[in-house]
Amino acid sequence: MEEEKTLDALRDACPGAILEAGLSLGDAVAVIRPEDLPAVAAFLRDGPPRMAMLLDLTCVDRPDESGRFEMVYHFLSLETYARVRIKARLPAVNPEIASLTGLWKNADWLEREVFDLFGICFADHPNLSRLLLYDGFEGHPLRKDYPLRRRQPRIPPRQDGPGS
Amino acid sequence: MSGNFITTSFNAMLGWGRKYSLFHYPFVTACCGMEYMSAACSHFDIDRFGAGWTRFSPRQSDLLLVVGTISQKLAPVLKTVYDQMTEPKWVIAFGACAASGGIYDNYAVVQGIDRIIPVDIYIPGCPPRPEMVLDALLKLQDKIQHLEPDWRWKKKKP
Amino acid sequence: MTTRLERQAGPESLLLNMGPSHPAMHGTIRIMLELDGERILASEVEIGFLHRGFEKTCESKTFFNLLIYTDRLNYVSPLINNLGYVLAVEKLLGLEIPERARYIRVLMSELSRVSDHLTCLAAMAMESGAFTVFLYMMKAREFLWDVIERTTGARMTTSYIRIGGVRAELADGFAADTRTAVKETRKVLKDVRGLLDRNPIFLARTRDVGVMSRENALAYGWTGPCLRSTGLAYDVRKARPYLVYDRLAFDVPVGERGDNFDRYKVRMLEMEQSLRLIEQCGDWLERHPGPAVPADGRAMVPAEAIREARRRKPEGRIILSPNLEGSEKERLESLYACAPGVVPPAKEDAYASMAGLIGHFQYFMTGHGLRPPKGEVYASVEGGNGELGYYIVSDGGDRPYRLHLRAPCLHIVSALEELIRGRLLADIIPTFGSMNMIGGELDR
Repeated sequence: MEEEKTLDALRDACPGAILEAGLSLGDAVAVIRPEDLPAVAAFLRDGPPRMAMLLDLTCVDRPDESGRFEMVYHFLSLETYARVRIKARLPAVNPEIASLTGLWKNADWLEREVFDLFGICFADHPNLSRLLLYDGFEGHPLRKDYPLRRRQPRIPPRQDGPGS
Repeated sequence: MSGNFITTSFNAMLGWGRKYSLFHYPFVTACCGMEYMSAACSHFDIDRFGAGWTRFSPRQSDLLLVVGTISQKLAPVLKTVYDQMTEPKWVIAFGACAASGGIYDNYAVVQGIDRIIPVDIYIPGCPPRPEMVLDALLKLQDKIQHLEPDWRWKKKKP
Repeated sequence: MTTRLERQAGPESLLLNMGPSHPAMHGTIRIMLELDGERILASEVEIGFLHRGFEKTCESKTFFNLLIYTDRLNYVSPLINNLGYVLAVEKLLGLEIPERARYIRVLMSELSRVSDHLTCLAAMAMESGAFTVFLYMMKAREFLWDVIERTTGARMTTSYIRIGGVRAELADGFAADTRTAVKETRKVLKDVRGLLDRNPIFLARTRDVGVMSRENALAYGWTGPCLRSTGLAYDVRKARPYLVYDRLAFDVPVGERGDNFDRYKVRMLEMEQSLRLIEQCGDWLERHPGPAVPADGRAMVPAEAIREARRRKPEGRIILSPNLEGSEKERLESLYACAPGVVPPAKEDAYASMAGLIGHFQYFMTGHGLRPPKGEVYASVEGGNGELGYYIVSDGGDRPYRLHLRAPCLHIVSALEELIRGRLLADIIPTFGSMNMIGGELDR
């Protein structure tokens, strides 16, 4: 299995970085220490796994757990078509992780999106600003404590409109 | 002289002229745009009703078709476009999102464009079928034909 | 608010704003440009004008109910979006679905793919001035949508592919309709090739414009037709075949130069392949019809069925007419996986028997119904724009803890700034057009 091979290679190359690794529903998953992300990502891209593509990058908010924010990275190899999911737990206060913009260019927008919706900071990101929402929007809507219907309009409603 | 002239009221003539020469500005944002494209193309052919001329400049158009979801981020843009249009002007809210926010009742979406600009016709549907678009256009034409007797445009409140 | 571009622009250059309300920006994207004459020195792309809070909304909807939101992501090919979501949930559940439903799913997603590519190229051609091509391609799309509508009941937002199977049996005369639609589409494709392939204006605006190298395409995470135009043959349907793609014959066309024309050409060739797939699935489905409905039943509308059941004297068997949810009960087994609690029960039972009604409530009541096990899953399909992946985190409840869409569009559009740098102002239109930006998918 390509997935297992990737995990084994990862275990050998970055032994200290991996907190947990295994297969889940056929996907290779590894939980790493956040500070080791650049090394792991560089190994995945340039080392034997040959993960040429940063497939996806997102975050999961788990307010009840110790590492509140879980960064989730998906990588894809175009030689073996293997995928691997790398996860890193960040604390609730000042969550920050290294940026992958130096390795993959699409990390730029993906990280801006996560910054926008979750409020995660990415160290050394060239232009960390909101991507989907607008300046003046307070809070980060995909956090679990942001109410679904809390609206922050940019312009006031018209005076003779409905509900006025 | 027989058959060479007709008598009519000025209002009727003005309404008739306006309703068959609607220049529309499609403010297309989302899914409904696909049905707008269908309505405008050969199969449904909105041109049959005198509204085939798409102007992508708000200053040259009479009818603002708000096609699709308007997010809070886009709301000021829509307001600007509406303000740039010259009187007389009409607005159609095309689809459930433009009419009421549709299925998107959340932080990002304006719950109906009538919170920002006045609307003349609402088309329900997610997205509405092209036939409904044509029906709405006919209803709007009827409305234009029977505008209030004062032909001088009564200024809409901002 | 000052943008990055305004801060960095040189004192001599002209700043110009394009969009978000610009005919070629599809309504939902803004490009700020720093120009020297007509040459683009730098640009900044702003997105998010169609951000509809899809991911947040999904966290408050049940797994069954949020299917309708997936229709409206890449609204040009809704069925493929349904499929991606449904496959992710099925992977989480470990569900096997009937073979006939698999073929129907492939057929429907290929119909969607053709309509996606048609819309993309139609818009691209229209924005480059070829209005005839737009009208022709919209005509072909109508034929395909008619086929989809007759079976699914809707033109675009169909929600036809459901967790565990597909919603309804194919419409009567489906095979013949499909053949007509395929024939008409082929005719249109031939016409379009005649109009565009050697058209000097079109070539001047697309050949060697917006060139993307392979390395760069990978660095930007491009997938789908845009990646294949650079010469890399990555296609999820071949790389990780899902449903029955491994049993069907089709090729993956690739380009050479990665410019706008190659992206146009790859999409044209892909449509041919999709039509091939449609024909193969259509033939298979014709050879393997679903189970017949016994003739002893009487067709009723739902209200009549309920009335009859209340009187406790249903005459023979009830057939609901018009067909709802999985059509006639006998046909369900060929369309839906047999998994109580995962797929909704047959409507005939819900209307006519107490046990069926209870089963129906148990499926749709809040806190009950479909509850996948705790876990997380990533599943992807080949969407109109490339790898369309759903990442779902389930905490064992009836709604996803987190649902994230890997939008192929986002990765493609993020390269726009680089593709137009140093080019002329007019090159933006075909370059942007060839990317097939779909707001619902890009901004979610």
